[in-house]
Amino acid sequence: MSDPSGTTWDVIVAGGGNAGLCAAIEAAERGASVLILDVAPKAYRGGNSRHTRNFRCMHQGPLSVLTDSYDEDEYFDDLLRVTKGKTDEDLARMTIRMSEECLPWMEAHGVRFQPSLSGTLSLSRTNAFFLGGGKALVNAYYNTAEDLGVSVIYEANVTHIDIAEGRFSGLDVEIGGQTKRIKGKTLVLASGGFQANIDWLAEAWGPAARNFLIRGTPYNRGRVLRDMLDQGADSVGDPTQCHAVAIDGRAATFDAGIVTRLDCVPFSVVVNKNGERFYDEGEDVWPKRYAIWGRLVAGQPEQVGFAVIDSQAINDFMPSVFPPETADTIEGLAQKLGLPGNALKETIDAYNAACRPGTFEPNDLDGLSTEGLDPPKTNWARPITEPPYYGYMLKTGVTFTYLGLKVDRTSRVSTAAGKLENVWAAGEIMAGSILGEGYLAGFGMTIGTVFGRIAGQEAAAHVA
Amino acid sequence: MSLDISQDGQGAIAEARRQAEICNACRYCEGYCDVFPAMFRERAFSDADITQLANLCHNCRGCYYACQYTEPHAFALNIPAALSEVRAESWERYAWPAGLGGQFHRSGVAVAAALVAGIALMLLAMWSWAPASGDGFYAYLSHTVMVAIFAPAFLFPALPLYLGLRRYWAEVGGGPVGWAHLKEAAARTANMKNLSGGQGQGCNFEQEDRYSNARRHAHQATLWGFLLCFASTSSGTVLHYGFGLEAPYGFFSLPKLLGVPGGVLLTIGAFSLAWLKTKADPALGSASRWGGEMAFVLLLGATGLGGLVLYAATGSALVPSVLALHLGTVLTLFLLTPYSKMAHGAYRFAALVRDAQARP
Ligand SMILES: Cc1cc2nc3c(=O)[nH]c(=O)nc-3n(C[C@H](O)[C@H](O)[C@H](O)COP(=O)(O)OP(=O)(O)OC[C@H]3O[C@@H](n4cnc5c(N)ncnc54)[C@H](O)[C@@H]3O)c2cc1C
Ligand code: SF4
Ligand code: SF4
Repeated sequence: MSDPSGTTWDVIVAGGGNAGLCAAIEAAERGASVLILDVAPKAYRGGNSRHTRNFRCMHQGPLSVLTDSYDEDEYFDDLLRVTKGKTDEDLARMTIRMSEECLPWMEAHGVRFQPSLSGTLSLSRTNAFFLGGGKALVNAYYNTAEDLGVSVIYEANVTHIDIAEGRFSGLDVEIGGQTKRIKGKTLVLASGGFQANIDWLAEAWGPAARNFLIRGTPYNRGRVLRDMLDQGADSVGDPTQCHAVAIDGRAATFDAGIVTRLDCVPFSVVVNKNGERFYDEGEDVWPKRYAIWGRLVAGQPEQVGFAVIDSQAINDFMPSVFPPETADTIEGLAQKLGLPGNALKETIDAYNAACRPGTFEPNDLDGLSTEGLDPPKTNWARPITEPPYYGYMLKTGVTFTYLGLKVDRTSRVSTAAGKLENVWAAGEIMAGSILGEGYLAGFGMTIGTVFGRIAGQEAAAHVA
Repeated sequence: MSLDISQDGQGAIAEARRQAEICNACRYCEGYCDVFPAMFRERAFSDADITQLANLCHNCRGCYYACQYTEPHAFALNIPAALSEVRAESWERYAWPAGLGGQFHRSGVAVAAALVAGIALMLLAMWSWAPASGDGFYAYLSHTVMVAIFAPAFLFPALPLYLGLRRYWAEVGGGPVGWAHLKEAAARTANMKNLSGGQGQGCNFEQEDRYSNARRHAHQATLWGFLLCFASTSSGTVLHYGFGLEAPYGFFSLPKLLGVPGGVLLTIGAFSLAWLKTKADPALGSASRWGGEMAFVLLLGATGLGGLVLYAATGSALVPSVLALHLGTVLTLFLLTPYSKMAHGAYRFAALVRDAQARP
């Protein structure tokens, strides 16, 4: 494309993931000239959004691939439970209500849905799955944006936003080793969280953060967020709050995505590096618990855990990408996992002795609980006695951070001096406005879609 | 599926297995085609499982453009290419007599050379056994000579294909075939469901990550065109022997009513497929077999076109040369069937039948 600094763009979008694309499409459909700047190369465009599989959607009756109904109150209750009340009820309810009209809007803009994936039937009512996953969604949006005349520059790192007297006028962006200044009438900030910036994570978490794995894009380093915070933008959220799950410890530091997910915890005994248990593995069904295990593992020495199962359980969960360590004895498995053999044996023996007879039901809370064990395992407590034994190393996998920009119902960013006249934010960068802690599967894409669309509409209206 | 799980080994099957294990932990592509549901029924993949998946795959490429793990990502997913390699290797492996497979699959030059030989053979036949009299084509090549050459040529491919399919069936652990299985496989073939992208939006062949039905439609034209041409020739045989009606036939005869639309469809379909192939990324197929595949598609198109030209040239001085070209092309196409991309039809259909058996 010709030099982007030659024009004053109606709308500049910083970050071309789901939120940025929704904003760009809405604005372009209203006649605005739109420029998307993304720091990633084209092959990695779409940030974390390219790793997603579904979004959570309210609906009054069967809608597209969604079965039955999922109303506002139930959705909000689910959110309230996971956030332990740390949410903004007004913004949350608005997001939930608007999710319903997002589904047809997404379809009209090229997104295709498929029935709930095998192994995830429990989500068929609440979450609409993207055919081909998030990258297919991102491709569809880029094609729609291209057809609408939106310009995109990849490998364009936004480093500074010019804000004076409550107004945005332009930004600095590094393209091909040069810093350019690009002028715009409005700005949508959609550059994600800061989870790929391990130094920033370490400021909040201490050295423990150096052992974290980042599940998604290495490009969400919080550069824009930091720049805005430094300029006094209102922020929301706690820097240690994030979505973090326990993933296979052998995953790469960045971008390994969904396939390193380990769903074996409810059927396992999970120990730390000393071979000791530390939490009730069977507290609830896995979809309701998997988001707490990232933090649990982060609290253990060296931020690692080890899930141990036997051959009875090996087919009870979706396979992960790396095969487990295998041995015919618990001591042998301990050796392969680098755990003290005696300690692991003692833990497993004590657990086996605390198991009680009953019927094991992998898909339901079966009430098969240990007795006299601390901490207890309250469901799926079946003795681990049938070799071969299998073990997986668990590490904390950070999905995205919550500390972000505070926005209002129109997605607008503010400072202590009041609302910025022409700056909006959408997606991970403002998700903390709704998610104080905890996470509801599929809510990240819902937030990005709802607020991305609002931001695009507002920005276009501003220049009209 | 088959129980012999061999986890070791290098080469195409091992690479496809590596990728399938990643897919099995991801499952995002479940809705595109029959390959993924079949894949996700397994937790470990034997060589035979991979071969079956490979023959089910229609190379629509939806799962490539949707994949978050394609290069430069370290997982380097490229399911269409990986399955393409396994598939082509399997046809070469099943080819009988062994060793005849590789050449024509890989080399466009070999296909072209076979074509030249086929045409030369026809010229030789016309020259050596020039008939004393006869109507239409039979003025240049007697019916007896034509039957003597083409009856074996049409029947011959059946044997190697049958032997190959039998080995395929044993390897993938196929069971007794019922009507229901055949019906399902036939329905999926007739509408090319596996090139539909799962929802009718088409595949990602020539426009990268945008969907298009161009390839699906071109393939359908080719398939139906070929079948119509085949039916036309068969109806001629029936008319000849059953009713004593000899060629040349008028326009409102069965052979022409089937053959003309068949020829048009086959020509348009095959040349469209060839054109689409030039637009598509060779790295998402079996790159080393691009030439052989392209030559085969062109051969198919030439078969259709030759028939049409021959019809158009009726009564002119061009007939003998066009006839030699056309008959040579047809002869080559049939003789190469078990050893070229043409064989895919048989294995693909077998894979669809096998899948119909395995679906819950
Ligand atoms: C493995 C995984 C699976 C997930 N699954 C789901 C799911 O199924 N459902 C769900 O709802 N959520 C899921 N999430 C969370 C979801 O990905 C996010 O909530 C959502 O994608 C956020 O969208 P976004 O547009 O805000 O950010 P992103 O999609 O990450 O986009 C941000 C973009 O900004 C760019 N950028 C960053 N810094 C700069 C800069 N300085 N200059 C220019 N550009 C910049 C990045 O390159 C990136 O493209 C998942 C996350 C991961 C990691
Ligand atoms: S091709 Fe990629 S996105 Fe599709 S199922 Fe396999 S790993 Fe997942
Ligand atoms: S290329 Fe198409 S047919 Fe083949 S596995 Fe991928 S989605 Fe299925």
